[in-house]
Amino acid sequence: MANLQSNFVGIKSPNPFWLASAPPTDKEYNVRRAFEAGWGGVVWKTLGSEGPPVVNVNGPRYGAIYGADRRLLGLNNIELITDRDLYTNLEEIKRVKADYPDRAMIVSIMVPCEEEAWKAILPLVEDTGADGIELNFGCPHGMSERGMGAAVGQVPEYIEMVTRWCKQYYSKPVIVKLTPNITDIRKPAAAAKAGGADAVSLINTINSITSVDLDSMSPEPSIDGKGSHGGYCGPAVKPIAMSMVSEIARGEDTRGLPISGIGGITTWRDAAEFITLGCGNVQVCTAAMTYGFKVVQEMISGLSDWMDEKGHASIDDFRGAAVPNVTDWQYLNLNYVAKAKINQDLCISCGRCFAACEDTSHQAISMSDERVFEVIDDECVACNLCVNVCPVENCITMEAMEPGQTDPRTGKTVEPEYANWTTHPNNPAARAAE
Amino acid sequence: MTQSPFSPGVAAGRLDDAAYAENFSDLHPALDAHEALVAADRCYFCHDAPCITACPTDIDIPLFIRQIATGTPDAAAKTILTQNIMGGMCARVCPTETLCEEACVRELAEGKPVLIGQLQRYATDHLQEQGVHPFTRAAATGKSVAVVGAGPAGLSCAHRLAMLGHDVTVYDARPKPGGLNEYGIAAYKTPEGFAQEEVDWLLKIGGITLHHDTALGRDVALEKLTTGFDAVFLGMGLGGVNALTVDGGDKEGVLDAVDFIADLRQSGDLGALPVGRDVVVIGGGMTAVDAAVQSKLLGALNVTLAYRRGRDRMNASVFEQDLAASKGVRITTHVVPKALHGNGAVREIEFEYVNDDMTGTGEMVRIPADQVLRAIGQTLEGESLPALERGKIAVTETGRTSMDGIWAGGDCATGGDDLTVTAVAEGRDAAMDIHASLMG
Repeated sequence: MANLQSNFVGIKSPNPFWLASAPPTDKEYNVRRAFEAGWGGVVWKTLGSEGPPVVNVNGPRYGAIYGADRRLLGLNNIELITDRDLYTNLEEIKRVKADYPDRAMIVSIMVPCEEEAWKAILPLVEDTGADGIELNFGCPHGMSERGMGAAVGQVPEYIEMVTRWCKQYYSKPVIVKLTPNITDIRKPAAAAKAGGADAVSLINTINSITSVDLDSMSPEPSIDGKGSHGGYCGPAVKPIAMSMVSEIARGEDTRGLPISGIGGITTWRDAAEFITLGCGNVQVCTAAMTYGFKVVQEMISGLSDWMDEKGHASIDDFRGAAVPNVTDWQYLNLNYVAKAKINQDLCISCGRCFAACEDTSHQAISMSDERVFEVIDDECVACNLCVNVCPVENCITMEAMEPGQTDPRTGKTVEPEYANWTTHPNNPAARAAE
Repeated sequence: MTQSPFSPGVAAGRLDDAAYAENFSDLHPALDAHEALVAADRCYFCHDAPCITACPTDIDIPLFIRQIATGTPDAAAKTILTQNIMGGMCARVCPTETLCEEACVRELAEGKPVLIGQLQRYATDHLQEQGVHPFTRAAATGKSVAVVGAGPAGLSCAHRLAMLGHDVTVYDARPKPGGLNEYGIAAYKTPEGFAQEEVDWLLKIGGITLHHDTALGRDVALEKLTTGFDAVFLGMGLGGVNALTVDGGDKEGVLDAVDFIADLRQSGDLGALPVGRDVVVIGGGMTAVDAAVQSKLLGALNVTLAYRRGRDRMNASVFEQDLAASKGVRITTHVVPKALHGNGAVREIEFEYVNDDMTGTGEMVRIPADQVLRAIGQTLEGESLPALERGKIAVTETGRTSMDGIWAGGDCATGGDDLTVTAVAEGRDAAMDIHASLMG
């Protein structure tokens, strides 16, 4: 059976599934329940400086986007960092870590961008026996207005500076959590690396308004008729997170920097995908908040079964396996030609492929009086929209043409050689073939 | 409860009040708002959807389901009612399993179609329960049309004509409007007075005058209508019933299934309705099933549905046959009645087994029967009508008859399949043709 043991920057956990710093990890009671359910580690909800804790709103903190049957696809929140006393948190962290020595215990921290503030809190955290810290440079709401969270994560120089302080005043691994509310994720990741970070974790939540109440005209979640942008997470953000993870995994200045993947991970498959894009482990929040802690059991069994099936003995066996295949558009093979193919035995004649292609694409699907839908190879550009809108799995597939065949759309022979935009005759900047 | 299901003969009060209430409650309870959303989410919004083609009234089903899914059930209702003004009743009585839901691609994909009928009911009920009538009349045309019959065909025709600005007068032979919706459909399909509520709601369009207890030929002559109105639509259905021409066919305890159903529908106290201990219904259509199932629900101990051909030839849909079986009705096929036995009142009915080609086998069977319900077809009654074809008024696709100025539709005319929804479509289409004809 596959070994799910995880060793992330020296932090060991029985599996790669950690709970992200968020409401589920705000106190001892929840974290004990999480460990009992099987979670490999937790990142304790962000601690702030000593003194009166922050306050939260006393109305809705969450807003949601639903799919069919109220399946939760996206969640946003306007909750701040822990609103409990610093020392209460520290005592609880110490107790839980002592009782669960085999689980990863990471402490998320967010204090003002002043060396003294970090210098003050880090020894207290060190004393808990936790395995590492995560710097919350990602929270997009509330705290960012006070110069913390995403406000730091959006300034690479601050990231580097604070990371350096942390490495100076704390002996264990330092993970820098990045905000996605930025143009180029590689810049803050490189800054973290320059500051000496052991790893980055991403993504934090995305600025969002989940909906507007059309009666009160208030954004949701609504507090007394007003709303503030919240942090978006859940299944809907996974594609954004995976792209950002892959940029860091293959970036010139960031390559090799350990990554803890976060963003909409809901099933074992999501986790496996993040790991193939270079993540050493993954962090989960929304799935737990939607279904409870037990979801980790499906993640563990699913990942283990898949690894067995593929012959992967450990997480490292497939970590980053997809990274070499992430490239720039300009390097995609323009000599690759595919055509859509409809399996008539599987087709249920709904006609969605036809409507999509006829109305919004290339008029490459025909419809007969008997509702038989067929691809017109002369017109098909293999855009994949028909595959995407077909309600039947594997009914429409993209079939690659063999070299030597003639593409009926262009009349050109399919070439066996790889050729991309950089050498394409239509590209004004094309380099002459050498 | 003075009697039990075991009491011999024909008797009332075989069950207690709770059992009657339970037995005659809604066959398909209405979807609540969440159930409707879940059901609506299953619709694929097919291109040129097969369900629309399968609907005799061409309701844009994917559109109305999407309107439900996006939280606008009243818009959905308007989409439905624009095509079918009796969408509420059709949602209840349509054999959707042989129409829209049979054509649904999810039926092909999974054997589980989108619940089109129940979604239609959700939308139309949502609108009708608010008492909202979403249509208004066009400017008055000064034309008047007589409609004979206040059933689905007549009311559909009348509503469309009124909406187009014509003045409509409807004549109906019965004390209440609604036709078979009110008198001829199983109670559990349209409980709690829905048929009358729907008629009241439909008439809110205005411009329709209703004369009840006024039968064509008896109380009003066709010539009077053709001279007094600019056009006439005949939608009086089939008033006659085929006789049971066998020995003993006139014994006490033998009655027409349509009368049995009508009495049941008009009864204010189901416990006062007599029903046999051993009931035999002769026939294989929807009326036969409705009569058989309701006999059982009224407390009959043994109910047999006797049909002369195989189940595959029955006019009642497979769903209806299964419903009957699930309620405890025994379906006996390939039997033709030969004689009714009994001293005064019927006690037994004797059948001969027949082959698929209806040739007799010589094998006989006797089934205990203290009540025999005939559901062997209805006939058109009346004289001086337009030309007939196979016993019904011959009509073109738009309902024109052999006589100028007279249109016909519904069960009394050729071309339909005796469904409520078809009658509604024919009434509507005839109205459009009448309108075109009158406005030249």
